[in-house]
Amino acid sequence: MLDLYGRGWQMLEGGLVTVQLCLTVLPFMIIIGLLGASAKLSRYRSLRIIGESYTVLIRGIPELLVILLIYFGGTIAVQNIAEMISGEETRVDIPAFWSGVAALALVQGAFASEVFRAAMQSIPVGQIEAATACGMTPKQIFLRIKLPQLWRFALPGLNNLFQVLIKDTALISVVGVEEIMRKAAIGAGTDKAPFTFYLVAMLMFLSFTTVSLVAFNYLEKRAARGIARA
Amino acid sequence: MFEDLIYVLGKYDTWLWRGFLLTMELLVISVTFGTLLAIPLAVARVSKKVWVQALPFAFIYVFRGTPLIGQLFMMYYGVGQLISNIDGIQDHWSWTYLRNPYWYCLLTFVLNTSAYVAEIMRGGIQNVPSGELEAARACGMTPWTTYRRIIFPRMWQMIWPAYTNDVVFTLKATSLASTVTMMELTGAARKIVARTALPYEAFISAGVVYLIIVYVLTFGFKGVERYLRRNERRKDKQPVGPKTASI
Repeated sequence: MLDLYGRGWQMLEGGLVTVQLCLTVLPFMIIIGLLGASAKLSRYRSLRIIGESYTVLIRGIPELLVILLIYFGGTIAVQNIAEMISGEETRVDIPAFWSGVAALALVQGAFASEVFRAAMQSIPVGQIEAATACGMTPKQIFLRIKLPQLWRFALPGLNNLFQVLIKDTALISVVGVEEIMRKAAIGAGTDKAPFTFYLVAMLMFLSFTTVSLVAFNYLEKRAARGIARA
Repeated sequence: MFEDLIYVLGKYDTWLWRGFLLTMELLVISVTFGTLLAIPLAVARVSKKVWVQALPFAFIYVFRGTPLIGQLFMMYYGVGQLISNIDGIQDHWSWTYLRNPYWYCLLTFVLNTSAYVAEIMRGGIQNVPSGELEAARACGMTPWTTYRRIIFPRMWQMIWPAYTNDVVFTLKATSLASTVTMMELTGAARKIVARTALPYEAFISAGVVYLIIVYVLTFGFKGVERYLRRNERRKDKQPVGPKTASI
């Protein structure tokens, strides 16, 4: 039972790919989220409109559809661009892994921008005014006042997003990336034991989300260590 | 590009329309039964007795901690296999239903939605001001009456925005039915892509339909929110005594 018809290692490899996916998406998600949040809080109306419509669009469209669109559509787009540059017929294949990363970063970035926007707005105005009075430039204010506190305000939201991200990586199995769900599907198909393989896959996901939950709770406690006394 | 879009919309409009209907059907049934199931789950979850809240806690934890696509495969392929292994089941009259992905999808979506909704309901129930509960006790209300007249109306008021989010979440979740060969909106789009190799036109058309559904849903739910919060509106209209007195 435990060696899963000799596929226990395969499942662990799948688990490794899932972890890789999560950790690759994470930095992109944070960068897109910060950019999106700054756009939404920008002085310029055009930037605000772009930021808002980005979240409205992404929030209303299923993740699966975004993944499929980027996987099938992205290949054609890159191919067209490559043909335009080289001037001859070229065949390009975007690895499924990276199209999945792009899709998830796009989706999670939209939600992250909401989290960061709320976090930026929870920073007391008095602190910004004090920083301006001290003669700090906007860049200094961002780096010294906003960013360190952003972390603490954004952590609960990021905790939630990371849970969603772990679960969303399972969708990338649809375009053939060999993460947990895909490996389980292969095992389920060839060894005619879907119940066992999907059960193992679910347990693996459950342990990942649990670890993430515990880690984030620790970080939240740590980030609030200066505040808890009050 | 636009010729292709018109071609797709003109030739495959019935697929998209049927996909839309199936998506709505899945959404309405999942949300309705999911919510009905969530109420007892949430009530049991806030119980002070450990053995009462342990089971709903585990249920919510497992369904929120694992991907929906995994739950769906587990039901359709996993449980489906266990059922098909029963002797003679394939000759039984119920077999036509037992091998239909529709029922597995619905069951999974209902259970999944109920776990998410039960969790937000738990937050709502626990945030009902304790003074109101004490007042209800003082008036001699039974627990059942307290739930019916105090806790549930309060809870709905508080959780409605989160509940709206959850309904949108369920709408997006129905797209997963396409992975078990259901022809809802995403499934229809995937089939069009397989036929025509025009991914942009098909997927973006489906995406626009999803956006319209979300927009209409959010609009309708905003209206219900105003109805749920009608007591607060009444309070606003009352003459503001202290303000004039302070002048």
